[in-house]
Amino acid sequence: MDRLRGGDEVVYLITFTCAVTILVVVGLIVFELWANSQPTVKTFGWHFLTSSTWNPNGDKFGALPFVYGTCVTSALALLIAIPLGVASAVFLSEMAPPKISNILTFLIELLAAVPSVIYGLLGIFVLVPLIRDYLVPVLVKVFGFLPIFQGEFYGVSLLSAGLVLSIMVVPFIISVSREVLLAVPVEQREAALALGATKWESTWQIVLPNASTGIIGSVFLALARALGETMAVTMVIGNTPKITASLLSPGYSIAAVIANEFAEASGSLYISSLIFLGLVLFGLTIIINGAARILILTMQEKHG
Amino acid sequence: MDLRVSPSRKITNVVMLSLSGVCTVLVIGVLFFVLGYLFVHGFRSLNLNFFTHLPKASGETGGGMANAIVGSAKVLLLATCIGVPIGFFAGVYLAEYSGKAMAFTIRYVVDLLNGVPSIVIGIVAYALVVRPMKHFSALAGGVALGIMMIPIAVRTTEEFLRAVPNSMREGAMALGATRAKTIFSVVVPAAISGLISGMMLNLARVAGETAPLLFTALGNMFWSRGWLQPIATLPVMIYNYAIAPEEDLHQQAWAAGFVLLALVLAINVTARLIISRGPASLRR
Amino acid sequence: MATGNQLAREPAPVAREGSEVQATPGRPKLYTENLDFYYGSFQALHGINLSIQTHKITAFIGPSGCGKSTYLRTMNRMNEMVRNTRVQGKILLDGEDVYGMDVTYVRRRVGMVFQKSNAFPKTIFDNVAYGLRVNGITKNSVVEAAVERSLRRAALWDEVKDKLRKPAAALSGGQQQRLCIARALAVEPEVLLLDEPCSALDPIATLKIEELLFQIKEITTIVIVTHNMQQAARLADYTGFFLLGKLIEFNDTKKIFQNPGKKETEDYVTGRFG
Repeated sequence: MDRLRGGDEVVYLITFTCAVTILVVVGLIVFELWANSQPTVKTFGWHFLTSSTWNPNGDKFGALPFVYGTCVTSALALLIAIPLGVASAVFLSEMAPPKISNILTFLIELLAAVPSVIYGLLGIFVLVPLIRDYLVPVLVKVFGFLPIFQGEFYGVSLLSAGLVLSIMVVPFIISVSREVLLAVPVEQREAALALGATKWESTWQIVLPNASTGIIGSVFLALARALGETMAVTMVIGNTPKITASLLSPGYSIAAVIANEFAEASGSLYISSLIFLGLVLFGLTIIINGAARILILTMQEKHG
Repeated sequence: MDLRVSPSRKITNVVMLSLSGVCTVLVIGVLFFVLGYLFVHGFRSLNLNFFTHLPKASGETGGGMANAIVGSAKVLLLATCIGVPIGFFAGVYLAEYSGKAMAFTIRYVVDLLNGVPSIVIGIVAYALVVRPMKHFSALAGGVALGIMMIPIAVRTTEEFLRAVPNSMREGAMALGATRAKTIFSVVVPAAISGLISGMMLNLARVAGETAPLLFTALGNMFWSRGWLQPIATLPVMIYNYAIAPEEDLHQQAWAAGFVLLALVLAINVTARLIISRGPASLRR
Repeated sequence: MATGNQLAREPAPVAREGSEVQATPGRPKLYTENLDFYYGSFQALHGINLSIQTHKITAFIGPSGCGKSTYLRTMNRMNEMVRNTRVQGKILLDGEDVYGMDVTYVRRRVGMVFQKSNAFPKTIFDNVAYGLRVNGITKNSVVEAAVERSLRRAALWDEVKDKLRKPAAALSGGQQQRLCIARALAVEPEVLLLDEPCSALDPIATLKIEELLFQIKEITTIVIVTHNMQQAARLADYTGFFLLGKLIEFNDTKKIFQNPGKKETEDYVTGRFG
């Protein structure tokens, strides 16, 4: 090949090697997670994911409380972040003058760059007290009859973790949704308005459906981030491997248990179980991220 | 049919559009309240000792995080030395050499790597470095963060190189430059400001990472010598101090949070100001 | 001196086949008085005076950038989509200033079809029904009847009657544009504005749309912007020639093309322009 002539060959080989290195690294990630979780897979099989006993001293490991905590906190985070995020994206793309919209978007994207340990710090010392003093009393008073708002509240809880997560993922939803909304052709808005639709009707009935795939994509991105989020959750979730209906009780998440116990885990089955949890997390985020990318790509292709 | 626009439609219009504005204000308000709190509180807890002293033993007050500041710098240096070259050259490969199928595969795998939760990267760095060497080390932390830097390094490089017009390459090649010479004397210099700001953003992103350091770099209450000992880092210190019971340690955590956030945001703002003239896809 | 603008200020001369003229000659459907339009500090329209007659087709021609589309978009206030623009002067719809009315109400009465067909990503049926539903007409039987009527008027019914529930995107370019016309007709607008509706279509599809416009002027008033002079000559009862933001001449189409009153018009229609 003529591109390999002379000194070119060396440069080509270096760049090619680096590209292949990446494939190797990802291969290693998959291999290490897979190989190191084999003891657990062999001992417990699929039962690992459905058992709720987590007893390192007795070498009994079940992941259900962590899976449950991860799902509940992520779902709660999305429940709060989706309406707020999409509404803000609508405001930024459809209503705000471009200059203001750009400044606000810049600030919101900066917030996405804040390290998660900082959100955890603020969670512990600012949000949890606020939730305890103002939010929970109201929730218990109004919705206290629901099982999800019963029981004692200590501060650290599934509810706190969900709220902190929602603050962390909102910037993602806003910035991606805004971009897909801006990608909806202006002709679609014009057509609706020219038929006598109000601004809101054109936004709700035409612009948002046009952008729906992309917005769902942004939600998936946020979900992947929420599932894998470690520090902020670890700091406010309470770290108690229990399954309870109440959002006010402490819980645990997959990422949090790895963060807390990995460095001190002894015994190969214990470590292997934690690595298997890592594999589960890896698999989940890969699937969700993949789906998000496909959705956003479909959207971009549709509008050229 | 009645031609007039019914009042209920007009009211819905105004109410819903205002609500979207209220949501924006709410989101931005909450976020800035929280960060403003950190800046005020953190700044108050900050003093000179923080930058010059070692942490005090448990139970004593005072002390600082000098070792963690240096430790973070060391781990980040290692990470940069690992992640940036691999990412940069792979990006060059994608932009300048690769065929379609290979480019698709690599881009796909890079995106995949970008989505892997940081705690999982930590596990892998543990398995690859800590376990064979039988102890926690700065090196292991550097490997973990280095792997995390690769995806953004690749994407930044590829997109900025692609943004360089082909006429420049043709111009250089027409003068008899080899392909490699063209890339490194014409294309890369043309994209250099974008590349540097992209790498800055990349560094800022991993500078705050905590989870992958918990069981790689671990932590250290003293100065860490060389690269093969456990080492303190700012994010891990924030975590450890925040969940500790002593009020004095909380103050230190605030101070460390302030320093870390100020650093991360300063790098971000600078890099984004430079990058704002680059390809749109990188602005996310 | 009978300049084009003065001619235009009077209601345009009534066509000779007076029998089909239903409008009161003294009261045009749309009447524009001293209309100026600015993009920021750039003045895009200069003192336009003109009246549009009911149940006629009025065409605007002129080189690109002459302001004809801008003028069209001021009539149903679509220009407000663009920030930093300003309108001075009056546009009267049945004697009432559109800039004093509710904007949604104006657009409901003055419909628009755009250069690029902009079917919604919905079914064919839902596209046509959209304007009805958004205006509060939801009774199925009424909507179905209106959809069929509009599709028939747009000469699209026979081609789509078996696939009303299929996505509009499955139609050809020409069919999509007729769908957009059907969609606009469904709300029974008093005026239908068309902004170069055939510029993206092949000659056969163009011909179909022209035939269709010729038929629907019985039920509405049509204003069309076109860069295609033959199209204006074939279709329009009246034609206005725009140049550099000014209305140079407005008159019977025949007069404009056969015996223009202005040098600029003559240069343009005979192809000597530029």
